[in-house]
Amino acid sequence: MSNILDFTLVDLVERIKKKDLSSKEITKTYIERSEKSKKLNTYITEDFESALKKADNFDSKPDFNKKLPGIPIAVKDLFCTKNVRTTAGSKILENFIPTYESTVTNNIWNEGGILLGKLNCDEFAMGSSNETSFFGNVQSPVGEKLVPGGSSGGSASALAAKLTPSTIGTDTGGSIRQPASFTGIVGLKPTYGSCSRYGIVAFASSLDQAGPMTRDVKDCALLFSVISSYDNKDSTSINFKRDDYFKKLNKSIKGKKIGIPKEYRVDGMPKEIEDLWQKGINIAKDAGAEILDVSLPNTNYALPTYYIVAPAEASSNLARYDGVKYGFRSEGENLIDMYEKTRSEGFGNEVKRRIMIGTYVLSSGYYDAYYLKAQKVRRLIKNDFDEVYKKVDAILTPSTPSSAFKIGEKTNDPVSMYLNDIFTVPINLAGLPAISIPAGHDQKGYPLGLQIIGKAFDEQNILNIAYSLEQEIKFKNKMNDWWI
Amino acid sequence: MTIDLKTVKKISKLARISVDDEKAKKLENDLNSIFEFIEKLNQLDTSKSEPLTSVVDANLQLRKDEVKSQNIRDQILKNSPDENKDFFVVPKVVE
Amino acid sequence: MSKKHSDYIIKRNQNNYEVIIGLEVHAQVSSESKLFSSSATKFGAEPNTQVSLVDAAFPGMLPVINEFCIKQAVKTGLGLKAKINKRSIFDRKNYFYADLPQGYQISQYKDPIVGEGSVILDLPSGEKIIGIERLHLEQDAGKSIHDIDPQNTLVDLNRSGVALMEIVSKPDLRSPDEVNAYIKKLRSIMRYLGTCDGNMQEGSLRADVNVSVRKKGEEKLGTRCEIKNVNSIKFMQMAIEYEANRQVDLIEEGASIDQETRLFDTKKNETRSMRSKEDAHDYRYFPDPDLLPLMISDDLINDIKKNIPELPDEKKKRFIDKFNLSAYEANILVSDIETSKYFEEVIKNSDVKLSTNWITGELFALLNDKNLEISKSPISAKNLSKLINLIKDGTISGKIAKSVFEIMAEKDLNPIEIVEKKGLKQLSDPKEIELLIDKVINDNPDKVNEYKSGKDKLFGFFVGQAMKASSGKANPQLINDILKKKLK
Repeated sequence: MSNILDFTLVDLVERIKKKDLSSKEITKTYIERSEKSKKLNTYITEDFESALKKADNFDSKPDFNKKLPGIPIAVKDLFCTKNVRTTAGSKILENFIPTYESTVTNNIWNEGGILLGKLNCDEFAMGSSNETSFFGNVQSPVGEKLVPGGSSGGSASALAAKLTPSTIGTDTGGSIRQPASFTGIVGLKPTYGSCSRYGIVAFASSLDQAGPMTRDVKDCALLFSVISSYDNKDSTSINFKRDDYFKKLNKSIKGKKIGIPKEYRVDGMPKEIEDLWQKGINIAKDAGAEILDVSLPNTNYALPTYYIVAPAEASSNLARYDGVKYGFRSEGENLIDMYEKTRSEGFGNEVKRRIMIGTYVLSSGYYDAYYLKAQKVRRLIKNDFDEVYKKVDAILTPSTPSSAFKIGEKTNDPVSMYLNDIFTVPINLAGLPAISIPAGHDQKGYPLGLQIIGKAFDEQNILNIAYSLEQEIKFKNKMNDWWI
Repeated sequence: MTIDLKTVKKISKLARISVDDEKAKKLENDLNSIFEFIEKLNQLDTSKSEPLTSVVDANLQLRKDEVKSQNIRDQILKNSPDENKDFFVVPKVVE
Repeated sequence: MSKKHSDYIIKRNQNNYEVIIGLEVHAQVSSESKLFSSSATKFGAEPNTQVSLVDAAFPGMLPVINEFCIKQAVKTGLGLKAKINKRSIFDRKNYFYADLPQGYQISQYKDPIVGEGSVILDLPSGEKIIGIERLHLEQDAGKSIHDIDPQNTLVDLNRSGVALMEIVSKPDLRSPDEVNAYIKKLRSIMRYLGTCDGNMQEGSLRADVNVSVRKKGEEKLGTRCEIKNVNSIKFMQMAIEYEANRQVDLIEEGASIDQETRLFDTKKNETRSMRSKEDAHDYRYFPDPDLLPLMISDDLINDIKKNIPELPDEKKKRFIDKFNLSAYEANILVSDIETSKYFEEVIKNSDVKLSTNWITGELFALLNDKNLEISKSPISAKNLSKLINLIKDGTISGKIAKSVFEIMAEKDLNPIEIVEKKGLKQLSDPKEIELLIDKVINDNPDKVNEYKSGKDKLFGFFVGQAMKASSGKANPQLINDILKKKLK
């Protein structure tokens, strides 16, 4: 049954429904490969035993009406899972066992999915290379000592290495799309408000969204149709009628107006990326799309804005990790001493750096100059998109300004690390949906991705465009199982 | 604008994160390079722009005034670093 | 207002100081569940048994606002004749404390739900208007308990997340007495509205008291100190008195006053600087990204307006206009909603003047004596009304009524039955009274002669004897009339 690993999520669902495969067979196969792939360091917590039990249970009483019947899935360790340790990649939550389940993962289990385990990520999702995790960095299956991207690096790596048939991540500034691009997989960041944030360890509340990471666009549409739901436990969840994104998936791109924003042609962009972008444009044009040059004039300001807004919210969101109610505590002489030691020892450097930035930009005397200013710029950035969407249906850009880099290459230069998110961050600031699909390789053979950005709640449209491009691109991952 | 060591210490106090002098020095460098990059925003005229707090264009959803959460003290205290069965426990606070 | 209210002056070395007071009252919203979670708000529960995952700030937990609390805040705002803001924002107030699980309090900062309003005080010197700056909704913190465990502080989160209305007054108060009147009035209005039960023992009503002093006649406000979390009117008054004198002493010594947060020590009866909150606060307020702006429609405001009951000021005016009560009487009867309800129940079927006298006289004395709220009155409004009717129609005399009242105070019986059973009915038959009087006259021929020869004072003696002969039941008016005739 070695070809189990080669099946897409949609294939597996079909074969289970046809009883060609059992949940147990699939689950066992993925567990076995996961066991052999420890070198990648993708899992923080494995839940293999209970996954096998659940698979057995499914097989003895199968429900084929579910969308993910008996399908094993490993998820980013930012989703709280009932009775399964949830760490957010941090020492401060090293031994935290939630008594509750996030809405997004709950949706997956309700549709028949089975938890394989919790996947490594940057600490509190703060990072672009998965090097800030307390549980060690993740290696990319693309190449040894290569970062998988971040913060959903464990998810991307596990999916690309076939340790899980599909997975979910979270995206605050590019944390799904950038690692998807680095590892040659599909990643969707949904519209803000589409997937519930309930039970997801918060990084930056106004930007965080959960989303699917899959092998292809069809899988993506299926998994997205499972996780997107209105949730009255999240005040920013939007109540609207959700279509079945999977059933409605088609290759319609003809006549679609696709914008190419000139501001994304940044100085020093590698020719490979430029060529990739042109390839995408050509394919779209050939498939009948109308290509229009558009302008998003404030693109340049998105990253600085993001590095005010996200740390500001994070500094407050992470105040609850104080050693009082749960998680790591370092004993102190008094309450304040306990707080300071707990937080100093419990958080890693990148998290502390961002808490410091956030605390500073909100502090008295600096609020107007930084936080308020950033919120005003955020409005301008959103207005840019609103203007462009009067003329086009979607926007096509590269997902990242470069391909994957080596572990340790950028750890000493936070700003150069932050620049990785230059093409993804504006989308979070505007709350829009965007999908990254693998579109080619650079000279080193590392994958590169293209990003399709949609109007708010217009996921169906970008999924369709992505589906259409995917057919022509015919991307194949070049992996040789170097870690086994 | 530059952030000096004193400011770093002040912020770390506010954020309740203790930093020793060496770490503070490192943070001072990091923060200065990050803020140098952030300063780019000052080139932009935002006098006519309303601050954007949420991209969601909807009314705040409301909840009925009903008690749904029951006594889950065991769950609440389960992950607490202390053994006490009734309370959270912290070092003595003197007011 | 041209009237001079402020006679609270602190004198030192020929200098006269006046005291400027502003209050931030924290009133617990009467609601079943908390502001952002569905756990219960009942007072006195076992520690940490009314705590949800949201209240204890578990990772990934999110606030969802209680609709009823919003309505309660709007209602209170309308009761304070205040402006309702159609768009308000919830902000995070960031600080670390053991009983603040999120590391921030969700509150409202720049855009509160209610804007400026006013409260009218009824002072002995007349009415005084106190300005309301704003009212906003916020979460309560938990409770830190320092006296159970000698080594540690214990934290109970039952209160964590309970909805509070913070009502901020303008610095319009000038004396401890005005503070007393202000708190009572505010409490009264909220109890009329049903938005806060005002129970200070249970912490439903607390206040931060801002105090400053200045030489009489000066315009500029002095440096103020904030006395945190005082939970009784008496303590507020004591704290103000202590704090104002402390500040005057400092000024007289030529020292300066530090703007700071202070604590009222109820054992030592003094205020002192709060050391634990010493390092300068920087709350880093910013809009809570977990919540959206709160929009309040005109329809909702109008709906709530329709359901606002008659409030103490309007009720007082009606009592004066319609029932001819004095301002003093009306004030007493409207100051507490339960009293006004009782009064209105009694006067449904009874004489207003007599009812007023009996409620403010006998009944209040009884309640005071037994230390009871009027809602727990041993005598129901219905039975008091019957008693008053017995007096009014002459069935019993006022004096007999008092002894019936005493019986009723022990057991809430129907006074008509008491009168029947004990045979306390007033003797009003002129013939029977005449017989009694004849006997008194016959038994006292000497006194009759003395009276007739001019000793008028003896009339009282005959009344007394006749009343005695009737065991106190005879109608005194009739005794008077008949005696006068007989002794002519």
